[in-house]
Amino acid sequence: MKNPENLKYSKDHEWVREEGKKVVVGITDYAQESLGGLVYVNVPEVGDEVVATESFCDVESVKAVSDIYSPVSGKIVAVNELLLDSPESINEDPYGNGWIVEIDEITDTDELMTAQEYEDYCNTLSKE
Amino acid sequence: MRKTLPLLFEKSVENRRTHYLSKCDVEELEIPKNFKRKVAPKLPELSETDITRHYTALEANTFGINDGFYPLGSCTMKYNPKINDKIASLPGFAEIHPLQPENTVQGIFEALEEANKSLSEITGMDIMSFQPAAGAHGELASLMMFKKYFEDRGETNRIKIIIPDSAHGTNPATVHMCGMKVINLKSNEKGCIDVEELKSVIDKDLAGIMLTNPNTLGIFEEDILEITKIIHDAGGLCYYDGANLNAIAGILRPGDMGFDCIHLNLHKTFSTPHGGGGPGSGAIGCKEFLRKYLPGPQIEKEKDLYKFNSYTESIGQLVAFYGNTLITLRALAFIMSYGKEGIPKMSKHAVLNANYLKQRLSERFDIFNKNLCMHEFIITMEKEAKNNNFTAKDMAKAILDEGMMAPTMYFPLIVKEALMVEPTETEGKETLDFVADKYIKIYDDVVANPELAKQFPKNTIISRPDEVTAARSPIVKYMR
Amino acid sequence: MAYLLNTDEQVKEMLDTLGLKTLEELYDYLPKELIIDELNIPEALGEIDVLRSFQNLSAKNKVFSSIFRGAGSYRHYIPAVVPEMANKERFKTAYTPYQAEVSQGTLQSIFEFQTMICELTGMDVANASVYDGASAAAEAVSMCRDRKKKRAYISGGVNPRVINTVKTYSWSFNAPVEILEQTKDGLVDIDALEKTEHTDIAALLIEQPNYYGLFEDVSKIVEVAHKKGIKVIVKVNPIAAAVVESVGECGADIAVGEGQPLGIPLGFGGPYLGFMACKKNLLRAIPGRIVGETKDEEGNRAYVLTLQAREQHIRRETAGSNLCSNQALCAITASVYMSSMGPKGMEDVAMQCYNKAHYLANELGKIGFKLRYNSEFFHEFVTESPCDIEKLNRYLENNNILGGLPIENNGILWCATEMNTKHDIDNLVSLCKEVL
Repeated sequence: MKNPENLKYSKDHEWVREEGKKVVVGITDYAQESLGGLVYVNVPEVGDEVVATESFCDVESVKAVSDIYSPVSGKIVAVNELLLDSPESINEDPYGNGWIVEIDEITDTDELMTAQEYEDYCNTLSKE
Repeated sequence: MRKTLPLLFEKSVENRRTHYLSKCDVEELEIPKNFKRKVAPKLPELSETDITRHYTALEANTFGINDGFYPLGSCTMKYNPKINDKIASLPGFAEIHPLQPENTVQGIFEALEEANKSLSEITGMDIMSFQPAAGAHGELASLMMFKKYFEDRGETNRIKIIIPDSAHGTNPATVHMCGMKVINLKSNEKGCIDVEELKSVIDKDLAGIMLTNPNTLGIFEEDILEITKIIHDAGGLCYYDGANLNAIAGILRPGDMGFDCIHLNLHKTFSTPHGGGGPGSGAIGCKEFLRKYLPGPQIEKEKDLYKFNSYTESIGQLVAFYGNTLITLRALAFIMSYGKEGIPKMSKHAVLNANYLKQRLSERFDIFNKNLCMHEFIITMEKEAKNNNFTAKDMAKAILDEGMMAPTMYFPLIVKEALMVEPTETEGKETLDFVADKYIKIYDDVVANPELAKQFPKNTIISRPDEVTAARSPIVKYMR
Repeated sequence: MAYLLNTDEQVKEMLDTLGLKTLEELYDYLPKELIIDELNIPEALGEIDVLRSFQNLSAKNKVFSSIFRGAGSYRHYIPAVVPEMANKERFKTAYTPYQAEVSQGTLQSIFEFQTMICELTGMDVANASVYDGASAAAEAVSMCRDRKKKRAYISGGVNPRVINTVKTYSWSFNAPVEILEQTKDGLVDIDALEKTEHTDIAALLIEQPNYYGLFEDVSKIVEVAHKKGIKVIVKVNPIAAAVVESVGECGADIAVGEGQPLGIPLGFGGPYLGFMACKKNLLRAIPGRIVGETKDEEGNRAYVLTLQAREQHIRRETAGSNLCSNQALCAITASVYMSSMGPKGMEDVAMQCYNKAHYLANELGKIGFKLRYNSEFFHEFVTESPCDIEKLNRYLENNNILGGLPIENNGILWCATEMNTKHDIDNLVSLCKEVL
């Protein structure tokens, strides 16, 4: 799966889509691939404050739990309820139906990469 | 070979039952209407014939130690002697109510004291408590004791517990249950603690360290005296996770290594049965200065009578009564069977068996432990996984097909594609040779024919279960 | 020597392949100062003497022919088939069923156990069991805690040993505990519950029947508690559960309990069996192991440990609990008991307990042991004592009877089960009369 050009990417494998003053956040194809089939998403609550580079939710596969790190500081204004019943949406459509949260009132942003920069970054990881 | 075993509920026949009680010999009353249950519980309705057939079929599809080689690393699946079960079921133990007057349970007190003495001696501790019901429970009790100790000293800032990244998951989970903070210590490339790294994570909020020795890779922390000294000098305490005691029992003692508090898994080192997941026993031991914090009442002798004595400084209690008494008795029988000479010999045989099997398997497999190991060692299938998609899981499933239990998979986390092998002392050389030959044959077969890897197991009553669906859409009880 | 297999010859062969001469060389690289000279424990005994030693120790304990004491541990009739099945060698010696393909027996029996516990408690989900009823209650309180609500509210009618255990766990978590006192009728003070000003209560823990044997009005308590945003945990006696309104029917959130009455021997307190069950919405919060049903790659029904990502071996410090084991063998024992008894058998046991306890209470009442509480009871009850309790119990002890438990304010907590015959009870009462 190609990483969509209109998104930005973090080192922790989250993608960010800017929508006016808000952002929508999810995890990348690379991330869902390494996590394997997801069985549960600990969806955070609307109103939760998040801090850039800190964990704001976690996802479970059969044998592992992984933290998802926020690429920005702000407040969660929407969560993808679909994930509660269909966590596999993240595996099947990580950039579309697999979105996780919408964040507003952004005060800080982590360093983000373009699609090409992210692709190069992932290639260096695969070589390790 | 594939089979489905019916559930008790599926065999149920309305109105079928065996009568175990006689007619009531006093006036029969009714439960008051406002408390009475409206819908009877839908338990299965069966006769004793059905029950015995059912459990016989289930038993046939469970793999026990008496079925074959059981090399689960860090679980110490040694032979469970039959005499232990026999003594534990003597009516003078099994039919004793926990709230009987003390003068009527002197035999139990004496047995527990005997176990206390022997285990204190083996571990180098001053006193034991048998209240914790399992290893993780023992960890919890120990850390609670540390917490209370620091509270008493007015050092409530001390909440940081250092844990190596090779540690079992219960260790950090226990820290969390005590309202404390985990400081993860990265192991060096040998899988051991780096003393300089250790010093760098210590500050004034140090409560202590949780260590397994030998560690979860089967390697003895040779710097252990220095490590415990560093912790003590910084005002912290040292906890010993006794899961791997089988490597050193009767030869080295955690108490001499500088540990202040330990837990034991009586169902590991001391042969009490695992029961398919319990009951075990997480007996703990500590040095004299921590004695008053031990959970539950302690047994003490006053004049000629044993009695329970409760300390006000105790952390409290972790179970309703005194722990898994009948399990402690089994462990005592085991210790009595081996005795002074036998316990160290047991450990030596465990370590010999592990090293011999490691030697044989290194003919094919990548072994993490390069030099002499202790009672367990780790095979890594990282190379095979990368080159042939032949993973540790595949190897494990192939082993099941040979009528043996597979080693522990994917633990410790710091070794990729790990299979941890612990033969224990209750295996003969001929079995180890047999096992090595089997493992090597599997390896050679799969390397020659990589698509075999995903086909195992073929000889078991089910093939690999779909764990993803089981977790996404959990079905945790029978629904009609 | 004991259970070691390798002979001296075999040991030598193995050492040879390793290039070593003695077993001690396996430890050569370890710090010399740590190697001990000798282990100061007694010499080994042959099995014949191990048995003798334990027979002697066992003879120093008194096995009472009649027991009228409960308070958390109950003597019930254990059908012969129960230990026969539960102690089958493979169930006993197997490890935790992580390799599902060779553990379907253990896994299925636990799945059946979970189902039976759900039936008894009227709940949607049960786990594979925990250490005992007291620790189950403590774990249940943890389940209910969140960022805002941490306080444990415990009814004074809960077994004091359970209260202490919950207090210990709560202190460890740095969470506050409050006791909700009983009314003069020995029951939960629902008024006080309604009036509480605490807004940080995670859960209320009550017991049914309570420590004094009395039936609580669980539905009403749940109604009041839920209005205040407090979850309700009910510790329920599994025998009583067969005939009393189920925890689920009453609307409570979590059911826990001590499963020892389900075919497990008194054993001086352990091993016992904690069970935990809850409503569907708490599935991911319940700690411990859970067995789930699934299919294998070929479509056959299969059982497997599931939802493991809640547990410590995966979550490590973010796990809700450090629980690593269950009391599997005790759970199988309870399953065999419950399925051998069946619904009618369980009802039988429960009603005989109820009937005999009421007969006992009546007869004791006639000779001056007055009931302390004016409330309905199940198979335990409290009386005042018209004589010195120590003296009474000693006298009973000499007659091979374990009398009721002395409790606060000169009370006696009596218990009767299906094991107490009318003759036993009449005998007890006449002995009591002799003491007066």
